Amino acid sequence: MEKKGWFDVVQSSYVWKSIFRHEYQDTYRNRVLQISTNVFLHLHPTKIRRHALRLRFTWCMGGITFLLFLILTVTGVILMFYYRPTGEYAYHDMKYLQFDVPFGMIMRNMHRWCAHAMVIAVWLHMFRVFMTGSYKPPREFNWVIGVNLLVMTLMLSFTGYLLPWDQLSIWAVTVGTNMGRATPLLGHEGPFAELLGVDARYDARALLTAGRLIGPATLLRFYVLHCIFIPLLAAILMIVHFWRVRKDGGISGPL
Amino acid sequence: MAQSTITADTEDSGDGTGDRSDGAKVKERARTAQRLAKAIPDKVHTWPYLVRLEMMVGTAVMAFVTVWSIVVDAPLEEPANPTKTPNPSKAPWYFLGLQEILVYFDPWFAGVVLPSLMIVGLMVIPYIDINPKGNGYYCFKDRWFAISTFLFGFLGLWISTVIIGTFIRGPGWYLFLPGEYWDVHKTQALTNVDWSTFFGVASDTTAGFLIGAASALGFLIGPPAVWWHIKAVRRKDAFFLQLGKLRYWITALLFMSMMGVVVKMVLRLAFNVKYIMLGPYNFNI
Ligand code: HEM
Repeated sequence: MEKKGWFDVVQSSYVWKSIFRHEYQDTYRNRVLQISTNVFLHLHPTKIRRHALRLRFTWCMGGITFLLFLILTVTGVILMFYYRPTGEYAYHDMKYLQFDVPFGMIMRNMHRWCAHAMVIAVWLHMFRVFMTGSYKPPREFNWVIGVNLLVMTLMLSFTGYLLPWDQLSIWAVTVGTNMGRATPLLGHEGPFAELLGVDARYDARALLTAGRLIGPATLLRFYVLHCIFIPLLAAILMIVHFWRVRKDGGISGPL
Repeated sequence: MAQSTITADTEDSGDGTGDRSDGAKVKERARTAQRLAKAIPDKVHTWPYLVRLEMMVGTAVMAFVTVWSIVVDAPLEEPANPTKTPNPSKAPWYFLGLQEILVYFDPWFAGVVLPSLMIVGLMVIPYIDINPKGNGYYCFKDRWFAISTFLFGFLGLWISTVIIGTFIRGPGWYLFLPGEYWDVHKTQALTNVDWSTFFGVASDTTAGFLIGAASALGFLIGPPAVWWHIKAVRRKDAFFLQLGKLRYWITALLFMSMMGVVVKMVLRLAFNVKYIMLGPYNFNI
C-alpha cells in the first residue's frame, strides 16, 4: 500500500469526515456533492447552463451587488461598535473612528465606497437584466422583486447618509426629505393637503424625520431604519430573489 | 455488449466509495464526468466552473474596494449646523436626477409623483411587454421599441440628469462648467410665463386653469387615442389587438408621462414657461 500524504491523513480523519460528507477527488459525484451538501453553495443548482458562465452575459452584476451588500454588513457592524446615534456623540464618534480606532478610517471608507458602488452595481444589474429581456416569462415576478430591491438599496444609502451628522449629511437629507412635505394630500405643502388639515408637525415628512426639523430624533430614526429595518427587509427580498432565480429555471438564456 | 455499457456507466457515475488510493479508477471517473458533461453540451458543473469564477470576481472586487478605501478617504465636513445652509444644498448624488427635475416642476410632482411613476413603471414592464422575442439574449431589432424607450429613460433622462446635477450645478442651482468659479451671487433675470398666456388668458383664472388642464390631459390622452384608433380600430393590427386596451393604455400613459417631462423641459428652456396649469390647492403642473 502507498504511503499516505498529510492531506490524505487529514482527509481520512474522523473529524474531517464529520464535517465534509464527500471526498475531494474530481469525480462526477463529488462535484455534485460539493454543491448540494454545502448550505452556502447550495444556493446554486449543481449544474448550470454553459452560457450562464459568460461574463459578457451577466456581467456578474447581481453577484457583485450581493457581495457588496455582504461587505457593507460586515463593515457596518464594525462601525456600530463605535458609533452612537445621538446629537451629542454622532459627529465625535466619526472623528474618533477616523483618528483613534485602529483601522477605523479604512472601515468607514469601505462602508461608504461600497455603498456608492452598490448603487451603481444595482443600476447596472437592472440594465443588463433589461437588455437581455430576462424579465420576460417566467421571470416577471422576480423583476418586480428586483425593483423593490432597487428601492431598498437607495433607501439604505439615503438613511446612512445622515449618520455622520455633518453639514453634508444634514443638508442632503434636508433636501431629500423636503419632498415629503409636498406629498399630495399627506404633506403640508402638497396639493389638496389643506382639505385634510395636515400641518407641518403631522404630515408625511414629519413621519419620516420624526418631527418638523432634522434633529436628534431624526438621527435615531434613520439609524434604526438603516441598521435594522431596511437591511432585514432587503435580506428577505434577496432570499426570495435568489430562490426565484432558481425556481424560474436558473439564469435566462437563448432557448 | 449493451449489458456491459450499462454497467460501465453506472459504475462511472457511481457512488465514489471506491478505494481512493486507486488512482487509475479515479482518473477514469473524472474522464467519465467530462464525457457525460459533453453528452449534455449546454450544462456544466457548478463546481468547479461557476464557483471558481465567482471566487475570482469576488477577489477582484474586494481588492478593488480595498485599494479604493486606502487611497481615498470618505468626506467628513463640519458638524451639522441647522442654521447654516450651504449653497448649493445637494441631495445624495443618486437622487440628483430628481432634484434636477425640481427646476421644471413643483416638488409634489418632481419629488413624489414622478418617482412613484418611475417605480410603478419599472414594476409593470414585464406585464405590459408581451413581445416574446429577445428573452435571454442581447438584441435590438427584435424589441426596438422596448429597448429604445428604456435607454431613453435610463440613460437619456436618469443618468444624464444625475451627471448634470453632480457636476455642473452650482450655487443657486445655476449651471457652472466644471472648474468654473462658483459665484454665489449669480442671478439671472427670468420672466416666466404660464402656458395659458399664449392664448391671451391669465393663468390664475378659471379659464386659464381649464386651458392648462385641457392641454395637459390632451397631451396625455390625445396622441395615444389617435394611435389606437389607427392601429387597432382601422387597421386591425394583430399586435395591438393582442396587446389589448388595458395594457395599451397603461403603456401609453406611462410613455406619455415620460415624454411630458421632456416637453415641459423644452417649453421652459425655450419659452420660459413656468406652469402649464395653475390649479387650486397647489395643484400646479
Ligand atoms: C440588492 C439588489 C440585487 C441583488 C443582490 C440581485 C442579485 C441577483 C443575482 C445574484 C442574480 C443572478 C444573475 C446575475 O448575477 O445577473 C440576479 C438575477 C436577476 N435579477 Fe437581481 N439582484 C438585485 C436587484 C435586482 C433589480 C433591481 C432587478 C430589476 C429591476 C433584478 C432583476 C433580476 C432578474 C429578472 C434576474 C434573473 C435574470 C436572468 O435570469 O437572467 N434584480 N439578481
